[in-house]
Amino acid sequence: MSKLIIHQDKITNIKEFMAVCPFGALEKNNGRVEVNSACKMCGLCVKKGPAGAAELLKEEQAGIDKSAWNGIAVYVDHVNGDIHPVTYELIGKARELADKVNHKVYCIFMGNKIGDSAAGLLHYGVDEVYVYDYEELDHFKIDAYTAVFEDFINKIKPSSILVGATSVGRQLAPRVAARFRTGLTADCTILDIRENTDLVQIRPAFGGNIMAEIMTPNARPQMATVRYKVMNSPERKAEPAGRIISCKIGRECLESKIDVLGVVEKPKENLIENADVLVVAGRGVRAQEDLKLIKELADLLGGEIACTRPMIEAGWFDAKKQIGLSGRTVRPKLIITCGVSGSVQFAAGMNNSDYIFAINKDEKASIFKIAHYGIVGDLYDILPKLIEKIKVSRRPA
Amino acid sequence: MNILVCIKQVPGTNKVEVDPVTGVLKRDGVDSKMNPYDLYALETALKLKEAHGGSVTVISMGPPQAKQIIMEAFAMGADEGILLSDRKFGGSDVLATSYTLSQGVAQLGKFELILCGKQTTDGDTAQVGPEMAEYLNIPSISNVKKLIEIGDSHITVEMDMANTVEIAKVPYPCLLTVDKDICQPRLPSYVKKMETKNREIKIISFNDLGDQDEKKYGLNGSPTQVQRIFPPEANNHRELWNDAAEDIPEKLFNKIKELKFV
Repeated sequence: MSKLIIHQDKITNIKEFMAVCPFGALEKNNGRVEVNSACKMCGLCVKKGPAGAAELLKEEQAGIDKSAWNGIAVYVDHVNGDIHPVTYELIGKARELADKVNHKVYCIFMGNKIGDSAAGLLHYGVDEVYVYDYEELDHFKIDAYTAVFEDFINKIKPSSILVGATSVGRQLAPRVAARFRTGLTADCTILDIRENTDLVQIRPAFGGNIMAEIMTPNARPQMATVRYKVMNSPERKAEPAGRIISCKIGRECLESKIDVLGVVEKPKENLIENADVLVVAGRGVRAQEDLKLIKELADLLGGEIACTRPMIEAGWFDAKKQIGLSGRTVRPKLIITCGVSGSVQFAAGMNNSDYIFAINKDEKASIFKIAHYGIVGDLYDILPKLIEKIKVSRRPA
Repeated sequence: MNILVCIKQVPGTNKVEVDPVTGVLKRDGVDSKMNPYDLYALETALKLKEAHGGSVTVISMGPPQAKQIIMEAFAMGADEGILLSDRKFGGSDVLATSYTLSQGVAQLGKFELILCGKQTTDGDTAQVGPEMAEYLNIPSISNVKKLIEIGDSHITVEMDMANTVEIAKVPYPCLLTVDKDICQPRLPSYVKKMETKNREIKIISFNDLGDQDEKKYGLNGSPTQVQRIFPPEANNHRELWNDAAEDIPEKLFNKIKELKFV
């Protein structure tokens, strides 16, 4: 059993030692420092406390046979055969990872009448596409979809599985992970692979200004979800490669307790995820009516407006316009943030943008750590002049 | 209808800094609150109880301080509160947390409905709800934005699916994670707070659970392991324009033009 042991005699200063823990998991009871259940086993007390005060006793778990699990699988996210673009991005990443360890890239594709769509995947660098084409899989039903996923994993034994962090992926992946008692890391921003096929998963963690590198060293398959526009989409190749394998599954596995009564299309919107240019309003915008400045710039650049979490809390924007961990992830070609301080949650939702411009009055604002072009200044001074210059440049001479 | 709501205590602020020299996380004291998304789950449960009768129980897993948010749930109208708390649960990842919660739920009575917030503000994974449902072997629906019909044996809901809305009918018992569009949470009531200030919170520890295999809890039951934590990398290419003498709008315009956006 792994556990943390506190050696009371090695503690030089109780107060200072307790302050080492960012989670408040070290507490004093009758003059002794004890670890409470807030402990995240991060090991900081071992590293940062006085030498020997905290000791992490790790018991090696029985190793699993990693060579029995091969290939990187991608879940094909789709609605009625219309494949979500995050799927291609994941195929691109899977290819890169698979090549490092000499594995194959698999796709698992479940739905109804999806044969044609499956063929399209062969242009993106997949080795094998496993297709479960059944009437019962017409709509997303979590129990039936999990059963199909289970069948696929049992047959193919993929080492890693990548799932798009979509509405479906974010509920299907955990269900599958729990069924196999394996690890699932949500919203990874960086993925890499070790020689022993351990997947290196990096994501923002602990709700703070911090990244965590997470591994699943003693369980297979390793599972990760990745948001749309975090990875690069591979080029479509003219010549298809790889093969399609039609899979059979017992009809009893497809039975569902969920009855889908209908699927209603939502009205088409200008989604910020799809915009090439975004102009973002942050707390530096003082009044709601001032948003027209932001909107005007966005219109001139052929883009959309987006916002930070406080703007949503103020009720100035629809929640769909929010960038960040609790909002949308965007990857436009150009993003201009106006009066945005740049919390790590916000940054995680946009720091893959091609060009980041940030306007903020505070020279120390953390947005400047990620901005390619940081502009220390007042948006109320800069934006009107910029808008004017763009307008002038477009006037016929 | 008997409803169970899962709630979590999260840091009150997201302002967390990493000391660049020591690499130690700096957090603002013990400031914490109920995960904001859980308020929508709790409100949904309270509304259902008001309309259809039954009870609302809240369950949380965490250190003893997490009692605070259960008291808050009482002040909003929850009837009972359970806290899963044990050192053996420390270091739990999503899987171990979900398993512990499902084991805790098994110690309680029958619930028709289990409600969760759509995600937490500290982990943002949205995974605990569906994983718990898997362990409890009940159907689950995430991102529920509307309850359409509450029947005797089934509930019909709208599930938000990015571009579409799926209307699904699911039998009890089931687990739903609710979106924040579903309702407007009430504020805690002072009267209720006074009424419930001595109400007991049931504590469930490791020894109370059905499965006594320590390997399934806490750090040992967590397949994911945090290898290291580090401050996010700052972008390499950086220019900071803060020269008051410069014509910043002109410079900005030229740069955007150079990049072919104008």
